[in-house]
Amino acid sequence: MSEYNFAYLDEQTKRMIRRAILKGLAVPGYQVPFASREMPMPYGWGTGGVQVSAATLTPDDTFKVIDQGADDTTNAVSIRKFFENTAGVATTEETEKATVIQTRHRIPEAKLREDQIIVYQVPIPEPLRFLEPRETETRKMHSLEEYGLMHVKLYEDISQHGAISTAYAYPVKVSGRYVMDPSPIPKFDNPKLEMDAIQLFGAGREQRIYAVPPHTKVVSLDFEDYPFEATKADHPCDLCGAEDSYLDEVIMDDAGNRMFVCSDTDYCRSRREAGHVGRLAEENAA
Amino acid sequence: MYVAVKGGEKAIENAHTWLAEERRGATDVAELTLAQIREQLSLAVNRVMAEGSLFDPDLAALAIKQARGDLIEAIFLIRAYRTTLPRFGYSNPVETGEMACDRRISATFKDAPGGQVLGPTFDYTHRLLDFKLAADGEIPEAPQGPARQEPTPHITEFLKGEDIIQDEPASDETPGDLTREPMEFPSNRPLRLQSLTRGDEGFVLGMAYSTQRGYARNHAFVGELRIGKVVVEMDIPELGFAIDIGEVELTECETVNQFTGSKTEPPQFTRGYGLVFGQSERKSIAMALVDRALRWEELGEDNLGAPAQDEEFVLSHADNIQATGFLEHIKLPHYVDFQSELELVRKLRREAEERITQKEAAE
Repeated sequence: MSEYNFAYLDEQTKRMIRRAILKGLAVPGYQVPFASREMPMPYGWGTGGVQVSAATLTPDDTFKVIDQGADDTTNAVSIRKFFENTAGVATTEETEKATVIQTRHRIPEAKLREDQIIVYQVPIPEPLRFLEPRETETRKMHSLEEYGLMHVKLYEDISQHGAISTAYAYPVKVSGRYVMDPSPIPKFDNPKLEMDAIQLFGAGREQRIYAVPPHTKVVSLDFEDYPFEATKADHPCDLCGAEDSYLDEVIMDDAGNRMFVCSDTDYCRSRREAGHVGRLAEENAA
Repeated sequence: MYVAVKGGEKAIENAHTWLAEERRGATDVAELTLAQIREQLSLAVNRVMAEGSLFDPDLAALAIKQARGDLIEAIFLIRAYRTTLPRFGYSNPVETGEMACDRRISATFKDAPGGQVLGPTFDYTHRLLDFKLAADGEIPEAPQGPARQEPTPHITEFLKGEDIIQDEPASDETPGDLTREPMEFPSNRPLRLQSLTRGDEGFVLGMAYSTQRGYARNHAFVGELRIGKVVVEMDIPELGFAIDIGEVELTECETVNQFTGSKTEPPQFTRGYGLVFGQSERKSIAMALVDRALRWEELGEDNLGAPAQDEEFVLSHADNIQATGFLEHIKLPHYVDFQSELELVRKLRREAEERITQKEAAE
């Protein structure tokens, strides 16, 4: 792979992406159009995140990639490998040690620090897209801060189902101005969007970059009488016993028995190493 | 006993090795050479070059071989390669009026200077499987005639003299570049044409067909279809003049469309335009029809709400690399989203059941 530039993209392209990132940081939650490139992996598989990571990484960085919270899911492995090959950066599975974390669908459980950057892969950056398919319309709605449609949708959810029926990609308002799609993270992760680290969002196919600077106010949309609720499966992790982590449900046998395990594999591992034991942990170790 | 799924890396590696084996097929069958693909599957090569936006028959042949004949996958390989190439500059616009035509037909005039030249076309073949081809592949020699020396004029030029066809205003403005600037709407004609020429052949065909069936019908005649090679020139700053840097094969289609006039335009013929790399006839005709449909606003026509008139709809969905990527990404794990939906549906069901029980108790 040595015939390619550091982190694959040429410097000209990286500069263009960095400009978009800076603009995004200057206008939190605003979707900045950028001339997304074809990457050697398919659109929809993290090309936006990969381009943002490529423009962000320096040779001294330590890179972590997670998909569904796990470092060992196939696409996370594939993206990590891509940067090992094209940038030669150090990689890690430990949230703590990473300086740049690329993620799909989760925010790590461990609190991120000021010296870290988290890069989200975004499929559909437009929070209003499924209410209004036209980009020409949604851009106008953002510029006029016309978010009534979104509140009507949430209200209709409540009147029909008795609850807001959005479980992931739950819309937020950033810094009191732009309504933003936090990417398809479960709403459990929404409260973590106010953090110390820099958050960058890349949508390759849709050619958009947006950002949330550290310590920025991020409010999940709700109503006074139906406040936002960050929910998860009502169980502790069966391996590490954590009660505060987002859980995956795993079907264990033909009888349909279930177990619940941390979706953040690094969090689960570090807890088990620290001696925490879940319901099925011993059995598992045996 | 639960063991977490591990070993993605090994699985990926093994999948790739198996894929390579499948690509090669039975080893007692001779391996395809790139020259064979380039020469004998040239229309596939042309499509990959057109939708890959890179004129290089050898690389396209390699991509087809590597992609096991999956043309969208091959187009993807070419696009991903193309985007890494440095830009040295831009060529001058090619002059299709100077094209050395292999084929040139008009559906609007029985004869015109330059004549009707059928060229190597499937048009009048009877679609009967040729079992002889399976046996030996021997071909009769095609008779040859003298090549036309002078340029073949465009058919629409003859209509222009009569002032009966809409004029395309000339402009020296540098058009935008779809691959360097993000697409924003409303766009403009150069960007629309760029998007259509690299758009998926099937999609553009379907859109064009819909206009023929009445969704924004614009009754197109193929004013002219020509296929052949044109010279590519580039200004070299150090030299101060343009030099030939090579030639490319193109298919150009100009449609002449019936038009009874609008609030702003007098009755006259209007035009649609298609230009595609290689011998890509179906695509260039389809492109011209869709181009014409998208010009409704400029011609003061009504928006009939037809899909082919809707620039944002057409251009946002024409690219098969974007489409296939996003479509196929739903194969990736979505456990986390699915889990959150599971919890939500369970909660909603629980609440609904409680409501029913309460209601029954009250009755």
